[in-house]
Amino acid sequence: MDVRFTLSRTGFAMNVDLQLPDKGVTALFGPSGCGKTTFLRVVAGLERCLDSEIRVGDEIWQSGAIWRPPHQRPLGYVFQQPTLFTHLSVRQNLQYGARRVRHPLSGDEQAKVLALLGLEPLLDRAPTGLSGGEQQRVAIARALFTRPRLLLLDEPLAALDDARKHDILGYLARVRTDMNVPMLFVSHSRDEVARLADYLVLMDQGHITAHGPVTELFSRLDLALAREPDTGVVLETQVTGHDPAYGLTQLAFPGGTLLVPDGRHQDGQSVRVQIQARDVSLSLDPPGRTSILNILPVTIDTLQAESPAQVLVRLRAGDTPLLARLSRRSADALNLEPGQAAFAQVKAVAVLA
Amino acid sequence: MTPADQDLAALWLTLKLAGVTTLVLLILGTPLAWWLARSTARWKVMVDALVALPLVLPPTVLGFYLLVAMGPEGPLGQLFTALGGAPPVFSFIGLVIGSVIYSLPFVVQPLRDAFAAIGTLPLEVAATLRASPLDWFFTVAVPMARSGFLTAAVLGFAHTLGEFGVVLMIGGNIPGQTQVLSIAIYEHVEALDYGRAHLLAGGLLAASFLMLLAVYGFNRRFSTVRA
Repeated sequence: MDVRFTLSRTGFAMNVDLQLPDKGVTALFGPSGCGKTTFLRVVAGLERCLDSEIRVGDEIWQSGAIWRPPHQRPLGYVFQQPTLFTHLSVRQNLQYGARRVRHPLSGDEQAKVLALLGLEPLLDRAPTGLSGGEQQRVAIARALFTRPRLLLLDEPLAALDDARKHDILGYLARVRTDMNVPMLFVSHSRDEVARLADYLVLMDQGHITAHGPVTELFSRLDLALAREPDTGVVLETQVTGHDPAYGLTQLAFPGGTLLVPDGRHQDGQSVRVQIQARDVSLSLDPPGRTSILNILPVTIDTLQAESPAQVLVRLRAGDTPLLARLSRRSADALNLEPGQAAFAQVKAVAVLA
Repeated sequence: MTPADQDLAALWLTLKLAGVTTLVLLILGTPLAWWLARSTARWKVMVDALVALPLVLPPTVLGFYLLVAMGPEGPLGQLFTALGGAPPVFSFIGLVIGSVIYSLPFVVQPLRDAFAAIGTLPLEVAATLRASPLDWFFTVAVPMARSGFLTAAVLGFAHTLGEFGVVLMIGGNIPGQTQVLSIAIYEHVEALDYGRAHLLAGGLLAASFLMLLAVYGFNRRFSTVRA
C-alpha cells in the first residue's frame, strides 16, 4: 500500500510519503493533533488534497486527476465516536453497508463475525440503548460485513473507559488473527500499539518521524517511544512446550526462550509478549542461585543516559533487541560498554495475545 | 351557489391551496434548505435573509409586487403568456405561486435547522459504507431530519390556511375560484353575519391548534426517545 500526499490547512501542514505492508495491522502513533486522523481521512477520501497518490493492493484510489469518492473505495471505517444510525435497528445498521456491495460477507461469515465480537445478544436492541463499547463493536462488524480491502480504525477506543477498552482490544485482536483484513489503526496509546500492531508509523506535527516493524521501533533508543516510563520491547514468540507441573509455558524467539505462567496457548501457536525495560536487570557473571526464571545471554549494544540517575541499555539476545533500564551508578560500577557480553535477568514478561 | 355551498367551496379551495403549496414547498424547499445548511458560500447569508423576508414583510407589500409581476405586463405574466397560457393573476396557480413565497420560511427554516443538526459525521459514515451522495441523502439525511420535515409540512400547511393579504391582492375574492376561508370570514363580518363567521373562524382556530399540538407532541416524544 502506497500513501503519498501533501496537505495544508491554516496553521497545519502535512507531508506523507510511505509504503506500508499490505497485510497485518499498521498503527499510526503520535500525540493528539499530529495528523493521524487526517492521514486516515485522506486514505478514505473524506479529505481532499492536491498532489496525492493512494494505492491499495493493485487498485489506485487516487493519483493525479484520478480520485475515487469515498463510497467507491472498498474500505471499512470505524470512527472515534459512536456512529450507529439511530433511525435504524442494530440489524439494519449491520446490513447498511453489506447491502451496497457486490460481495458482502456470506451468511456464515457474518455469523462468525457476530460471534467473534459477541454481538448475537444485541441484534434486536435499539442502537440508542447500547453502551459505547457495544456500539463500537457493532460499528466494527458493520464495516467488516462489506468485506473491505482495508479497515481503517480512528481511535475506536478513545471514548471508552478502561475496562471497555480492554474488552474491545481483545475483540480487535481476534479480528486481527481470524479475519485476515489489513488494518490501519490510529492510536495514541502505547499499550494498544503493543497489543495489536505489526507495523508502526510514528507521527509528529504532520510528519512521519519513523516507520518500521513494531518489534524494531520499540527497541530504538533515538525515538520518543524510548522516553516513556513503560518503555519496553515487543517480541513475537512461538509456544514450544509446557511444564504442567509448574503451570509454565515455554516460548521461543530468535535469541532464546522464555518461561511464562500461561495455560491458554497450544504448541506452535504464536504469542506476542512485551518486556518492559524496567523489568530487565543485567549481570556480567552468570547469575548463581537466583529466583529469576528467565535469564538470557545478551550482548550490550548501546547505552543512553536518560537522566542523571538512569541509563537505558539496548541489548541483543541473538538477533532480538531488548531494553534494560538501569541506575547510572550500576552501569558505571559494572563498567558497561558496547560489545560486552552479559546476562539479562527478566523479572516479568507480559503475554499480550 | 347557496351561502353554505360558497363556504364549502372556500373550505375546499383553502385545503387544496394549502396542500398543493405544502407539496411544492417540500419539493423546492428541501434542496434549498440542504444548501443553506451545508454551504459555506459567502452570499449564503443573503439567501438566508431573502428566505426570511416574508416573515417580516406586510402581506400586502408582498401581494402588491406579486400582482405586478403576475399581471399581463409583469415578467411572470409575460412568461405565462409566452408559454401559451394566461397571466396567473386571479387564478388558482397565481394563489399557489403567492402562497409558496409567503410560506417559504415556515418550511425552509425548520428543514435547514434539522439538516444542520445532523452534522457531517453520519453522512461520512454512510459514504464509507458505500452509499453514494443521493443514496445517503435519502437513507440517512432525510430519515434523521424527519421531525424537521413534519414541522415544516405542518407549519407550511397551517400558515397557508390562514393566508389573507397576499391572496386578496393577487387572487381577489372570486367565490369558488380564489375565495379562501379567511376572505370568506372577512366577507361574513362585513355582512354582519357573525354566526357564519364564528363557524369558519372557530373551525380554523381549532384545526390550527390541533395541528400544532400534533407536531409538538410528536417532536417531544421523538426527542425523549432519542435522548
